Amino acid sequence: MNGTQSMQRPGSEERPLEGPVVRIEGLHKSFGNNRILTDFNLEVAKGENLVVLGRSGSGKSVLIKCIIGLLDPDQGLIEVLGQDVTALDHEQLDQLRVRIGFLFQSNALYDSMTVRENLEFPLRRRWFKLDQEEVNAMVQEALDSVGLARTVDMMPAELSGGMRKRIALARTLILKPEIILYDEPTTGLDPITSREIIDLMNEIHVKLGTASMIITHDLKCMELTADRVIVLIDGRCYATGTYQDIYQSKDPRVKKFFE
Amino acid sequence: MNISPAARAFLYEAGNIFRFTVRFFREVFRPRYEVQEFVHQCYIIGNKSLPLVGLTGFIMGLVLTMQLRPNMVRYGAESQLPAMIGIAVVREVGPVITALIFAGKIGSSIGAELGSMKVTEQIDAMEVSGTNPFKYLVVTRTLAATLMLPLLVILSDSVSLFGSYLGINIYTYNSFQLYITQVMDSLAFYDVFPAFIKTFFFGFAVGIVGCYKGYHAEKGTEGVGRAANSAVVVASLLVFILDLLVVQVTDILNYN
Repeated sequence: MNGTQSMQRPGSEERPLEGPVVRIEGLHKSFGNNRILTDFNLEVAKGENLVVLGRSGSGKSVLIKCIIGLLDPDQGLIEVLGQDVTALDHEQLDQLRVRIGFLFQSNALYDSMTVRENLEFPLRRRWFKLDQEEVNAMVQEALDSVGLARTVDMMPAELSGGMRKRIALARTLILKPEIILYDEPTTGLDPITSREIIDLMNEIHVKLGTASMIITHDLKCMELTADRVIVLIDGRCYATGTYQDIYQSKDPRVKKFFE
Repeated sequence: MNISPAARAFLYEAGNIFRFTVRFFREVFRPRYEVQEFVHQCYIIGNKSLPLVGLTGFIMGLVLTMQLRPNMVRYGAESQLPAMIGIAVVREVGPVITALIFAGKIGSSIGAELGSMKVTEQIDAMEVSGTNPFKYLVVTRTLAATLMLPLLVILSDSVSLFGSYLGINIYTYNSFQLYITQVMDSLAFYDVFPAFIKTFFFGFAVGIVGCYKGYHAEKGTEGVGRAANSAVVVASLLVFILDLLVVQVTDILNYN
């Protein structure tokens, strides 16, 4: 990126935030009789990289979908950037979502649009007063940040898995989020591409100072990105600590992740 | 009350489609209005169906004429053929056949498109980028289908009548001017108006069912196929049910 100076969101004021950027208290979520999250508590500090480690189906994705308001919790408090997500109406939730980036596991690029249109879409929806020159500059900046400026007029189907992930990341960055939620960012990628994506995530973290929640069961990704790790077992925060704390844990249920 | 699981599933589905329709009417009048996407969808939906509707309309008129003609000749009523074809095409055959073609082409296309967007999380992506996906995807497509089908029916009826004219001229000479005069003389306001109005309902049914099935697609690629398929089946069935209702209403109003 061309320096952090240009990362100020158009029309936004700097809102210094005291305390954690994400605070979850007593979160419960079930689907029918299937309990996914039970009395789940969590805090993410400003600028922190938090990795949520858990087995497939343990409720990691449900957790971040509750945070961004795609799923309604059955019970509990979810506070993001000082606002209670469950108490917001649609308009307020949309305003808040602009400050949160979400990288989907499947990338979720719009098939029928070119890379440029994919990146322009969230911009045009939120800041429709931007002129074409400003939009082009922001698209260029986002593509430069992921090193894929040459793909601007390509369709998502023409891109490799790693390139699609980078474009999805560029689309997430274009709204200059304060928090980024990564849903399994390295799943389905080869080790070299995974490493490139991890490096990119760390680069973004350093340059923009964003807080991140990274949902993964990729141990390499966890090792290279985490400031702190929480282990999600039985719908609860089972263990928490730095990567080293978790890696050296004597608890058999935690040790299983490293075997 | 004891009802079979199949009846329960049917009622559940009908209830969900009704709720989806209510949501459509709630969202359609509420800003922000997605005018650009609506115009784009009108172009896509209308343009995509144009060749198919035109071709089937032409064949329909031609075949109808060729099959009716021997019986009309037998009863010495050959001269009534343009009037008969005119009434049949404008009142019933044109709107219903075009709506069925439309359901097959557009209903399945909307079901598959939205279904694919749903299972690949594109709808969720739209929502997290601050866009109301129901408004952007469902309202625009349903409105476009509602508006485009009547226009396609006008085209289909016209091409069909031209096909019928050619069908008559295979066996005997009839000038185009005379043919059109005979067709127009046979048609009254009550033939054209209800037939035209019902096409809006047909278009709406195709659009809303296609969107509903796609928007609620599940279970990966298999779910996308199922959404496309059931969109066509349910929309086609709804076209016939609506047709039945319209004929009852026009009968009560003495429009038949």
